[in-house]
Amino acid sequence: MSKVLGVVFSAADSYAIQAFAAALGMPFDLLCLSGAPVTDAGAGKVIEFGLGDLPVADSAATMIQNHASGYTVIAGVSSMASKDVLARVAGLLDAGMITDVIKVNSPTQFVRPIVAGTMLATVDALSSPLVVTFRPAGFELPARGGSSPVETLNWDVSAVAQVQSRSQKSGGRPDLTQAKIVVSGGRPLKDAATFEAIIGGLADALGGAAGATRAAVDSGIAANELQVGQTGKIVAPDLYIAAGISGSTQHMAGIKDSKIIVAINKDGDAPIFEFADFGLVADLYDAIPEFRRLIGK
Amino acid sequence: MTILVPIKRVVDPYAKVTPLADGSGIDTSGVKFEINPFDEIAVEEAVRQREKGQDITIVVVSIGPSEAEEQLRKALAIGADRAILVETDAEFDSLGIAKELEAVVKQVNPEVVLMGKQATDDDCNQAGQMLAARLGWPQATFASEVNFSGQTATVKRESDTGDETLTMPLPCLITTDLRLNEPRYIALPGIIKARSKPLDRQAPAVNAAPKTRTVNVALPPARLAGKRVASVQELVQALQERGAIGA
Repeated sequence: MSKVLGVVFSAADSYAIQAFAAALGMPFDLLCLSGAPVTDAGAGKVIEFGLGDLPVADSAATMIQNHASGYTVIAGVSSMASKDVLARVAGLLDAGMITDVIKVNSPTQFVRPIVAGTMLATVDALSSPLVVTFRPAGFELPARGGSSPVETLNWDVSAVAQVQSRSQKSGGRPDLTQAKIVVSGGRPLKDAATFEAIIGGLADALGGAAGATRAAVDSGIAANELQVGQTGKIVAPDLYIAAGISGSTQHMAGIKDSKIIVAINKDGDAPIFEFADFGLVADLYDAIPEFRRLIGK
Repeated sequence: MTILVPIKRVVDPYAKVTPLADGSGIDTSGVKFEINPFDEIAVEEAVRQREKGQDITIVVVSIGPSEAEEQLRKALAIGADRAILVETDAEFDSLGIAKELEAVVKQVNPEVVLMGKQATDDDCNQAGQMLAARLGWPQATFASEVNFSGQTATVKRESDTGDETLTMPLPCLITTDLRLNEPRYIALPGIIKARSKPLDRQAPAVNAAPKTRTVNVALPPARLAGKRVASVQELVQALQERGAIGA
């Protein structure tokens, strides 16, 4: 019988995997690489190792390979971590892989963006098992419930690569890829302090996450993990506010699944206005403080 | 030490490309081709490592049509020592590419494979990790800083939450991210010199049957035309009406 092994890289992944397995019409088990096991997502079982931090790819991929037998699809939510580990799993299993799935046509046919999201490819899986990473935005969350049994195992695969240091997630803001509201800024934010005050300030006022363009990250205005776009984070919030962002193809690739896109830009000819649901031609240094005053925050 | 840098010939990432009318693929007529930008960063990084004074031989390899010679010549102009073209018009999936590269690794015996994290045409981000898995080598993807010391590689890599630093014994595989370096401008003497560097053509060694196949390429549904708002007040009102922000 067809079955999904969902690999959990961060806490919110379990429910997204539940939604993805439902789209495939297959039951699923979870294998947790970090965080506490989620037991109300309807998984057949949850395998966990009591891990705090993610293991390195060589070790994680071997552990997943050791548990992969009997599964038709091995799936994870798209992220840098899942691409790092699951593509290695595909290599170990001699399995085909489809990255960044946004739609399931059938258990063997999937849709994914290519060329910075300017086109959609329909891809057939020709063999089993199949390894998949998917973007959760396109998959409806089913009801939570039940109580999956948890198997706690020892992590008995040693790592070849060793972690020397790891930065910790900064601030108390929601995760960029999970946030309901994202406020992003580009190079007009000038410097890190201004970015934090204007973009971070509005993000906090709305209970959202802060994001940035590649140009803003490259010029040191924003941290690299805030980069949104083809090669950065893919976001799909209910509301995306782009301030001082012109809207390159590469940036738009990361935001086009947002429900509402707002553009605030001085340049009325900026390409982002073609995509924005609401466009305001204005200086962000005037518009954002006024926005905050009007919402009383 | 030998560094093997696989490079892919891709449509110019800044050109506007569209699907073929029958949906069978991307219309590349009249479009320029380039080295995949992440692979160009990998070539640049290998050259910079050699410029630090280490004894490094740089071999570039591409799997693709005869025309991929252009991209290999550019890599030679950046500073690679020799090139291999695995010449084929076949469409390999990432796993098929990893298998061909594995055969090239066995032939060249590099200590390091350094390659782009993803190609800007198919955006897969798979081949490097698949190759590392097949070779049984450790990997560091999304590299933003690379150092070799003796038989150890130290790689700072970007992660979902910031960055981390890994150390690995050689041989190892590293994939490059945007911030690793900015590839140099190639001056004319480099281009001329590259013409006389060795470039060997060979046939694919494995020819693996694909495990995934693209059956259609189409444009995404267009977003509905948005509207301009005249003032911040109008914007806030519109967002409140849509329930996007609290009233």
